[in-house]
Amino acid sequence: MLLKLIDITKRYPGCVANDNVSLEIESGEIHALLGENGAGKSTLVKIIYGVVRPDEGEILWQGAQVTIGSPRVAQRLGIGMVFQHFSLFEALTVEENIALGLADAAAREGLREKIIRVSAQYGLALDPGRVVHDLSVGERQRIEIVRCLLTEPKLLIMDEPTSVLTPQEATQLFHTLRRLAAEGCAILYISHKLEEVRALCGAATIMRLGRVVGQCRPAEKTVKQLAEMMINAELKAPARGVAGPGNGPPRLTLAALNLPSQTPFGTDLKDISVSVAGGEILGIAGVAGNGQSELMEALCGEVLAPRDAIAIDGAAAGRLRPQARRTLGAGFVPEERNGHGAVPGMSLSENALLAAYRRPGLVRRGMVNAARVGEFARDIIARFDVRTTGPHAAARALSGGNLQKFLIGREVLQSPGVLVINQPTWGVDAGAAAFIHAALIGLARAGAAVVVISQDLDEIFVLADRIAVIAGGRLSPPVAAGAATVESIGLLMGGTGVAAHA
Amino acid sequence: MRNPGFFKIQARGGESAFWRVASPFLAVGLTAIFTGLIFALMGRPPAHTVWVFLASPLLAKGGLAALVVKAAPLIMMGVGLSLAYRANVWNIGTEGQFTLGAICGGGVALALPDAGAWVFLLMALCGILGGMAGGGLVALLRVKFNANEILTSLMLSYVFQYLLIYLVTGPWRDPQGFGFPQTALFSDAAGAPKLGASGNVHLGVLLAPLLAVALWIGLEKSYLGFQFRVLGQSPRAARFAGFSEASLVWIAMLISGGLAGLAGLFEVAGPVGQLTTNISPGYGFAAIIVAFLGRLNPLGAVAAGLLLALSFLGGDAAQIQLGLPRAVTGIFQGILLFTLLACDVLLAHRIVWRWRLA
Repeated sequence: MLLKLIDITKRYPGCVANDNVSLEIESGEIHALLGENGAGKSTLVKIIYGVVRPDEGEILWQGAQVTIGSPRVAQRLGIGMVFQHFSLFEALTVEENIALGLADAAAREGLREKIIRVSAQYGLALDPGRVVHDLSVGERQRIEIVRCLLTEPKLLIMDEPTSVLTPQEATQLFHTLRRLAAEGCAILYISHKLEEVRALCGAATIMRLGRVVGQCRPAEKTVKQLAEMMINAELKAPARGVAGPGNGPPRLTLAALNLPSQTPFGTDLKDISVSVAGGEILGIAGVAGNGQSELMEALCGEVLAPRDAIAIDGAAAGRLRPQARRTLGAGFVPEERNGHGAVPGMSLSENALLAAYRRPGLVRRGMVNAARVGEFARDIIARFDVRTTGPHAAARALSGGNLQKFLIGREVLQSPGVLVINQPTWGVDAGAAAFIHAALIGLARAGAAVVVISQDLDEIFVLADRIAVIAGGRLSPPVAAGAATVESIGLLMGGTGVAAHA
Repeated sequence: MRNPGFFKIQARGGESAFWRVASPFLAVGLTAIFTGLIFALMGRPPAHTVWVFLASPLLAKGGLAALVVKAAPLIMMGVGLSLAYRANVWNIGTEGQFTLGAICGGGVALALPDAGAWVFLLMALCGILGGMAGGGLVALLRVKFNANEILTSLMLSYVFQYLLIYLVTGPWRDPQGFGFPQTALFSDAAGAPKLGASGNVHLGVLLAPLLAVALWIGLEKSYLGFQFRVLGQSPRAARFAGFSEASLVWIAMLISGGLAGLAGLFEVAGPVGQLTTNISPGYGFAAIIVAFLGRLNPLGAVAAGLLLALSFLGGDAAQIQLGLPRAVTGIFQGILLFTLLACDVLLAHRIVWRWRLA
């Protein structure tokens, strides 16, 4: 037995993140850790990697009891980890970034050759001389993997590795991982993408609310069975309803939108043209960091665009600020909930007001009508099934799914003609996700033009009537959802299809 | 798995309502202890010295009147700063805006020595406009050139201080003043209206708490105040909602500057009665402590202003009665700010003692 966790418990104020969790991993095994957001997966791997210390419990490494006080100790034991969010210096080269991550000077000798050897050995194409900011997310992930492999780990922890990859890149990653496992390295694979867990992993541990609720061989279960173990409930697919006409007058039009990025390593938007009619949902797929946040900022009006590049219900809106765009009937839900879509320390009432000042009666003669605002917040809470103590609860006290339902309710109850939403169900539990999907479909069927930007291809296929792909700041021409396949969309996500279009 | 040490600091996962109120009181208590320690190290009896510093000014004849007169400018400025700081606009230069208000309002009094009682209204208006000009300059530099307002507002304070020195030693110097750096005394009509027959209590003493209430309502109940609070807590959310950061910075600087200017005008038209090179014993900087001690709540600033006013009176008493250096006022105020910042750790954290962990 390579690693054995016995009755690990970690408490945070107000919640038990890990409650008597036990886990066993053997050498050469690809072991999946499954669970919804908030199930305690991240805390558990942070404990294994020495970032967090458990309050109770034992860790046995190759049969001996160990205390993993820091990531440095974990690395010495032979534990490597690839985080979901990379820690790379954009302005440095691949080799420099790897050198910075190595603890002792001896390991830096002949580093370039080692990088080339390891990357060739495991099929991780990587040029040590390239500067990181020129690299795709997939390539950046390879840097992190190579950095781990140089320390010759016995256990490699991968946290949601495919959430930033195209389907083709993911397939390549699986080859690498299988090869590593065949050489005896154990892999702890955290994911909520059940299809890939079934294909890749030999064993799975399923967590819910901080506890281990099941163990299985994923290949012997269906995706539906795995999902139901995760959420402890039966899964219902949202009803698509009848697709809208989609050929009515466009409610949102982008015409040759070009916009240089506001940040040094951001993505410039290049020549984006698309129009969305009332009654339809346009899905924008893409790998993270390809211009989604820039597009969202341009649509919201946080960053202004040329006057005629954006039209809302026929009115030129490119130079309008967010308030004016809302007055034209647009609504927006950004990717980040706390700190962007909502003020974490403010009450739900105040957060309702944040984006609903144009709703009549909430603000009169410059004074906030607290009673009316509270009523509006209560209305959102009731109609969008927000589980909370009431409109006085602070936004930060809500779970991700409940806050997201609140923020979507805030927009939907203002009956927008155009709704743009970025990552609608990121970090949201399955129950809330199904509710949100139903609300978005309902809004579109009632005549609104809905734009859903998402990295989750499954979500795009569930929701969208037409699908476009954003890659390198360019948007591919949308195709009807019925005519698109995971493969065709995946190729566009890698940027190949778009180059031909440009 | 244990750390060495007797306690550890643990996140509460939220903000404690109890410590939000209790932290300033704990800070005041600790400050009394630490200043006592410093007095002891100076070879003074600590308890008696703290008594002279904090209690004797209140017990003296006319002590309460002196306290509210000192507190008035501190409250006016602390109230304005509470509002600005809640919007994350860090105006550190109220001392300068106070000075500019005194210059502009005092200039009116000097230019119109024979005017009727209406002249005070004109002076107050010019005082406010002077303070707003000082604050507006900072807003302009921040909005147009993205210059950090902490630096510009602080550095401009010295510019305005030297402007005052230039005026009272040069063009505005009193010809009958035996060469002292001061202007002529203002006329009676140009004095701040007195409340009651006796002493120094002027209109500003009444105005300061009224302004505090007005700004509290503005901050907590108005849509503009809501925008300030959103900008302060979450600038990205403010941008998402479409609030204009530039206008909010302008408004915050104009309000806090204008109130500082009004405070400066009341000081020279009231207790001082003329312009001199030292019209402020550091009110503008003390007002920063007032704002924080008052929890950036305009109503809290009233209580905090009274305490800081006491520290000025206590410093005077300690000088006169015990022969302590004038610096004790600054030491007291400094320790108060530091202990408050330290106590505020308790808002979001709790201390867990080791024997309870075991």
